[in-house]
Order: sequence, then C-alpha cells, then structure tokens
Amino acid sequence: MDSLTPVILTPVFAAILLLMIPGNYRVVLRTLAILGSALTAWTAVSLFSRFHPGQAALQFESLVPWVTVGPLNVAYHVGADGLNIGLILATGLVGFAAVLVSWNIERHVKLFYVLLMLIIAGAMGAFASLDLIFFYFFNELALVPTFIMIGVWGRGEDRNWAAFKITLYLTLGALTALVGLVAFYVAAGANSLDVTVLKAHLAAHPLPAVAQTWIFPLVVFGFATLVGLFPFHSWAPVGYAAAPTATAMMHAGILKKAGLYAILRMAVPLMPDGAHRWLPVVAFLAIGNLLHCAWVALRQKDMNLLIGNSSLAHMGFAFLGVASLTVIGVTGTVLLMVAHALLAGLSFALSGYLETQTGTLDMTRLGGLLRRMPFYGTALVMGFMAGCGLPGFANFAGEATILFGSWKSLPGLVVIAAWSGLVIGAVAMLRALRAVLHGPERPEFARVADTGAWRRLPFVVLLGALLIFGLAPGLLTSRIEPAAKAVVAAHLKPSEAEAPSAVAPGSAPATATAPAHTDAHSGH
Amino acid sequence: MNYSLITLELLAVLLGLAVLVADLWVSPSARRALGLGLSAALACLLAFAVGSLAPQSGSAFADMFVVDDLARYFKGFFLFAGLAVVLMAADFAPKFGAGLSEFFALTVFALVGMLFAASANDLVLLFVSLELITVTFYVLNSFQRTRLASLEAGVKYLILGGVSSAFMVFGIALIFGTANSTNLGVLASKQKELGQSALFLVGLLLVLVGLGFKIAAVPFQMWAPDVYQGSPAPATAFLAVGSKAAGFVLLIRLLVGAVPQITAEWHRLFVVMSGATILYGSLCAIPQRNLKRLMGYSSIANAGYLLLGIVAGSAAGSTAVLYYLGGYAFTVLAAFTVISAIANHVESDDIGALSGLGQRSPFLAAGLTMAIVSLAGIPPMAGFFGKVLLFKSVLDAAPGHPELYALIALAVAGVVMSLYYYFGVIRAIYWGGQSSNLSTIPVALPTRIVLMACLAGMLVLGVFPQGLVKIADHAVTSLTHKAAPTPAKAAH
Repeated sequence: MDSLTPVILTPVFAAILLLMIPGNYRVVLRTLAILGSALTAWTAVSLFSRFHPGQAALQFESLVPWVTVGPLNVAYHVGADGLNIGLILATGLVGFAAVLVSWNIERHVKLFYVLLMLIIAGAMGAFASLDLIFFYFFNELALVPTFIMIGVWGRGEDRNWAAFKITLYLTLGALTALVGLVAFYVAAGANSLDVTVLKAHLAAHPLPAVAQTWIFPLVVFGFATLVGLFPFHSWAPVGYAAAPTATAMMHAGILKKAGLYAILRMAVPLMPDGAHRWLPVVAFLAIGNLLHCAWVALRQKDMNLLIGNSSLAHMGFAFLGVASLTVIGVTGTVLLMVAHALLAGLSFALSGYLETQTGTLDMTRLGGLLRRMPFYGTALVMGFMAGCGLPGFANFAGEATILFGSWKSLPGLVVIAAWSGLVIGAVAMLRALRAVLHGPERPEFARVADTGAWRRLPFVVLLGALLIFGLAPGLLTSRIEPAAKAVVAAHLKPSEAEAPSAVAPGSAPATATAPAHTDAHSGH
Repeated sequence: MNYSLITLELLAVLLGLAVLVADLWVSPSARRALGLGLSAALACLLAFAVGSLAPQSGSAFADMFVVDDLARYFKGFFLFAGLAVVLMAADFAPKFGAGLSEFFALTVFALVGMLFAASANDLVLLFVSLELITVTFYVLNSFQRTRLASLEAGVKYLILGGVSSAFMVFGIALIFGTANSTNLGVLASKQKELGQSALFLVGLLLVLVGLGFKIAAVPFQMWAPDVYQGSPAPATAFLAVGSKAAGFVLLIRLLVGAVPQITAEWHRLFVVMSGATILYGSLCAIPQRNLKRLMGYSSIANAGYLLLGIVAGSAAGSTAVLYYLGGYAFTVLAAFTVISAIANHVESDDIGALSGLGQRSPFLAAGLTMAIVSLAGIPPMAGFFGKVLLFKSVLDAAPGHPELYALIALAVAGVVMSLYYYFGVIRAIYWGGQSSNLSTIPVALPTRIVLMACLAGMLVLGVFPQGLVKIADHAVTSLTHKAAPTPAKAAH
C-alpha cells in the first residue's frame, strides 16, 4: 500500500488533467495546478512522517519489471531511505511553493503549469528511483520543460543563450554519467542496473580497482556537472537568472540535488576504490566553488546572480562532505541538501516577488524597501541569514555537521570552507540586505506593496520548514544516519562502526548463494 | 514451392494497379477520397501482415524469398509508414497540382519494393527490390514539377542513385564470380573460404557502397540534404523512414545473417563509418536554417547511430537497430506530418517560418516538439531507449577494443551537438522571432489521425519498450538461428 509511486504520479496526472482544460480557463488551470502540487506536497509530508527513523533498510518500496533486453533487466524500482526521504519532502514543498508564486504568469498559462508539473514529477521520480536507467529517465524528463520555460517566460535579453547553455551543460553531464553507468554495468557483469541488485552482486564479485578508477570519474564528473562543481558551473547562475521564478526555484533548489544524490546513491557506495582515488580531486575542485563562486557572488549587482553564485558556493560544502567519506560528513551533506533545497527555493521565490513589485533586481537601484514591505523584508532577512549559516536554520546544522565530519580527513579544506562559506558568504548576503532593504526610501518605489495574505504562503511554508529542521535537525539526521553509514561502509575502519558488522551477516549468505547463481547462469 | 508466401506482396501490387486503373474513372475532385480509400486498404494489409493470417515462416523461389520474424517485423514497419505517407499526401494534394493518383500508385510500388527487400535472401532479389524503391523515388522526389528545387532533388537522386546501383551490380557480379551463387544462405555456409578471396571481399565492399547510399552513411551521404530539402514533404518522409529502413534490413541480412565473420574482421571499417557519419551529420546540421534540410542532416546522423548496432556485431546490436528504427519511424513520420501540414499554409520550409506555431496551432506545435525531443533521445520518448540500447550494445563489445570507447565518446558528443540544432527548432516554435501572421492553421482529420498515432507510438514505445524489444529480439533470433545451422548442413 505504502509506496512512493503516488508522489510521482500525482503531478503527472495533474499535468494530464491540465492538458484537457481549455487554455483560456485560467482560474481553473491555476486552481488545478495548486491542488495538484498541494496534494503532491501533502503526500510527501505524510511519507516523511511515516518513515521509520534509524533504519538502513528501504521503505515504501515498490518494484515493477519494466523491460528485459537479453540479460539486462530494467525495473521500475522505487524506495526511500535516509538519502532521499528528505529530498522528496523538499521537492513536495518547493514544488508547491513554485506553483504558488506563479500567479503572475499571464501568457500560455496552461503550457506553463503542464511543464512545471512535469518538472516536479521528474524530480520526484529521480529521487525515488533505485534503478539507474529510471533515474536518468526522470532526471531528463525535466530538461525540455526547463528549456521551453526559460525561453517563453524567461527574463532578460540573454535568455536564449542561457536556455541553450543550461540545456547543453545538463545533457553533457547527464550523458557522461550515463555512459559511465552503462560501462559500470558492463564491467560489473551484473544483469541489472538496479542499485540494490548491483550492491549484492558487487559484494560477491568486486569490481577491479582499475575499472573503478576510470569509470568513477565519468560518473562523478558527469553528475557533478548537474550540481555545478567548479569548473563545470558557469551554466548555473546565468540559467537561474534567465529562468522564470518557478523554474529557478525547482532547478536551483531541487534538480541540482539530483546530481549529488546520484553520487551518494550510486557512485560512492558502488565504487569504493574509485571514490578513494578521485574524491580528493573533487574536494580540491570544491575549493573553487567555495572561494571562486563566493567571491563572484560578492561582486554581483543582480540579486538573482548573487543567489545563484552563493548557491554554488554552498554546493562546495556539500562536495566537501561527500569527499570526507565519513558518516558525519555524509549525513551533513544530505542535511545540507535538504536545507539548501528549501533555501534556494525560498531565495528565488523572494527575488521573484521583488521583481514583480519593483521591476528590477539591480541592487544598485533598489533600497529602503523594508519600510514599505515589512513582511517581505523580514522574510528576506530570515532567508539570507539562513544562507549565512545562522544557527536556528537548517543550513547551519548541515554546514556545521559537514565541518565536523571532514575535520579529520580534510583539515585544510575545512579552514578554507569556514572562511569563504561563512565569512565571504555572510558579507555578500549582508551587503545585499543593506542594498535592498535599508537606506533612504526611493520615490519610484512608492507604489510597491507588501505581500498579501495568500502570497505569503510559499514563504511561510519554506521558512517554516527551514526553522523546523534548524531547531530540530534530529528529525532529519535520525533518518539520514543509517543510510549515510551504508554509503561510506567500505571506508569505515572496523573500530568506527558497528554498522558494517550488522551488515556482514546479511551479506554472507549472498556470497554463499552467488556461485550457485553463476553456475546456473553458465549452464544455459 | 510455396507461392502463398508472397500473398502480401501480390496484394500490394494489385492495390497499386487498382489505384492506377481507378484513376481513369475518379474525377479530379474525388482523388483525395481515393487516397483515403487506399489508406483504408493499406490498413487492412497491415492488419493482415501482423495478424495470425499472415504467411507462416518459410522460403520460396529457390530460397530467394524468405518469410521469418525479421521479414514480418519490417513488413509491418513499411506498411505503417506507407499508410502514414498516403494519408499525409492526401492532405498535401493542393501542392502537387495534377497527378495525385500517380503519387499514390508510386508510393505503393515503392512500398512493394520495401516489402520484397524485407524478405530478400538473395543478392539478385536484393538488387531488384532496391531498384524498385530507387526508381520510384526518382519520380516521387521530383513530383512537384513546377518547383525547381524538387526537380533538382529528383535529378540528384537519379544520378547518385544510378552510380550506386552500378557499383552494386558490379559487386554482385564479383560475388557471383567467386562464390558461384548469389544466395545469402550459400554465402553464409562458404564464408570461411570466401573470406580468403580478395575478389569476393571487393565485391562485398561494392555492395556495401550501394547499401551505404540507401542509408545515407558517410561517404555516400552527399545526396541526402539536397534531396530531403527539395522533395515534397510526404516523399521525403517515405525516403527518410522506408528507404533507410530497407537499407538497414538488407544490411542486417547481409552483414549479420550471411557474413558475420567478415563483418567482425571489418570491424574497424564500420567503426570509422559510424563515427564519421555521426560527426558529419551533427556538425553540418548545426548551421542549417531550412527544416527539411536539417532533417536531411539529422537523418545522416541517425544512420551513424544505427550503424553503432552493426559495429557491435552482436544480436543485442541488431535488436537495438530494430528497436531504434521502430521508434525512428514514428518520430520522423510525426515530424514530417507537421512539416507537410505547415507547408500547406506557409510558403516556406525555413525554421523561421515556424515562429508563432505555438499560438497558431498548439497541437502541431506539441507534435513537432515531441518528435524533436524523441530525435534528441530524451525520455520519455522512444528515441531515448533506442539510444540506450545502441550505446549499451557497443559498450558490451568494447572490452578489448579501445576504438569503441572513442566511438562512444564521439556518439555522446554527437548527441550533445544534436541537442543544439534540435532545440533550435523548439525555440522557433515557442519563442523565436515575431510572426506577423497569427491565424490558426487548420489540421485536416487524416493528418490529425496520423499525428496522433505517431505521437502515441512514440510515447508508448518510450514508456513501455518491452513489447517492441521482445518482437525485435524474436526477429533477430530468427535470423541468427537460420544462419547458425547452415554451415553444419553444408558440411554433410
């Protein structure tokens, strides 16, 4: 009964329903989209609350065979564990908020909501999938909607260029990873691309270290491009700045995390030798995110570019946590992914609202808005403070955990991360707040209005979630930790964890039965 | 002798003749209805071909003509393509001026050539069926007699087609001279000795020239862009789908069915051919501004992807080719249905002429977008899983062959490049340029039906690929099983 399927199919059905309604019934279209995303969000929240913390096993699993080609079995296999349950929740919330902030879309309303629903469905499916082909399938589902949305409803003169840039980068990254995954499948000699099957198969037939060292970079750098790892990051800020608010929220908040999620789900646990060899390189490049992107963010005058660049800087933290290969570091990474999903969604929602009111995001032309927009200003202060890593918001919990987790293995990087992420980032955020909210009131913004009751809902939802997870990060960490242990299981020293010993009896029968299986196979 | 095996082909020939005869009585105004009647008859043939009444497996005419799962797969494929093209042409009629019935009849005769090609088990039948296809296309391509571009397309296709046929005949002669037979089964049983004969290998190479021309693979691709651009849209559609698939079924019968060992030895040749085709098609498509010309280059690039399955040299590779072609048929037919529907209202094939299509006809816009998405290999369309299968089949064969890794890298680069030019079309549909004319484009019911069927096919194949994969797998098995016992028989 309990399955992740409804959370994927609800937005798909909403999109199909939207397609059937004539394009000029705008109120009906908007209502239906809001209801569809609200239902999705509610399903995600209820799944999150029913998830049993402290278990490493998959929950809400369902498996439907999809296609068999020769020896290859591809199955629709979805399931939740600590790695994805938080992201599914965040996707539901940010998706709901993204639909809510799209009230000012006037052209092609129907097409807009259909595409937005497809993006939500793709993100949900990507996080839920345990089969590599399906992960790719759902992840790419969002590509075309993104392209069309940036082109049709996008902002700025450069949106044509930005649309192509984001599409080409994302495809190159995803395809590189796909080739790596298929090569991995061939090298492993398994008969499935299902992560759970592959794990069991690898326990019996470990992949040679040589194969791992050349497949791992394909997969990791492919997926890291989707996240915006330096130096594959330049698509992100321009893409977000050109995208309509809802698309920027979904992309910066949610879809970007799919790359990190895939690294944690597939690359690191399946290829421990490759991870050991290549993750230091990733950590080194993450300095680029932490220093370069933070510095670039500091220099921005456009608020969207500021948010885009600082969000890339935060991704540096996430990569640092992955590269630490410790339970604490990975737990912190997942926590930060959830927190940053909510924060990036919130930030772009805030900047989008500001643009509808003032007509500009150029911070040199803004100022003195706190007096005119007290609620909005408060939300902006809270959001940007969360971005600085203020305790009380979930981002602080994530970043602090990552810094603790990586102190032992990467002390030099931690110092850099602390400096850049926490200091340069804070300076950038505070300067933006000063430029937008403080200073003398400007006569041209005399007609600017604060958010009405309904318009506050998306901000309240996202800020509320950030505060809840900030004040009680245990809600997330208790769910994440067992999964994080499984991710880095191969790298734990025996003294460090009881978890591997708990896993070992389970894997022993698999080793015993595996030769029998190969015999049966060769007998054909 | 089992003559019942060619029932389908006979019926199709009769249908073509019936159209020609009926033309004597049908008034010019009722010719569109004739096309609708013809498509109904083709639909019946399609139902017959895929139904249980279809001829059982077997061979006839001294083993020249075989019916197996592979033949059946392609017969269904060609009949569907022919049906879609006839419906498309019925709505394209105003552009032809006179001679609509001849267009229908020629389409059916080209279809007959394809049906025979699907069953060809002898180089002579292979050549005759290919000639039947090529000669009808000489006319079909230049059917808009008053348009210079169309005449140019016909002449180019005529000259290059003639040259490639000459190569092919020469090759067949050399093969016959060395092997004493033109039967593919006999060639399969003798391939070990024949592989030693340089003359036989030259003959085989020359036959490949002819087939390379049909599928538009580098270095025999130069006709494709001009012909695709100049021909009337329905003829281009049939050329892109039917003619290319006919080339591939013959390629599979020859290379995978008859001489797999030589194919394996020539591995590098196909690697280079596939890589060069992908690269040429993708690079040249980038600057194109004419939609049909773009489709021409895209068809070259797709020939390169399809050759990946031949490069793999495995049953999985051939299955991937069959599946990819299945998805490709729906995709290209959908794209050309839209192109031909637009051509009736906009006097231009330029990509710029698509501007405002998103408002003028959301249905056509969505149809073309979905076709483009499938061509680009993005889920949930059929093109995605086809590319996955092709790439996987090559990676399966890759260990020990470092050049295959380079080929995969090239193919990935081709896909990324293709996104650039394909998405340029999507941009033109939804936000490129300002169109002054925003009147709605009416879509006739037959066109609507074809487009709906193709879109449904693309989506169903993309979301539920299992069915077609299984059918394709059976088709390939029927070929390799037949090839395997033949050497044993020859040893007796």
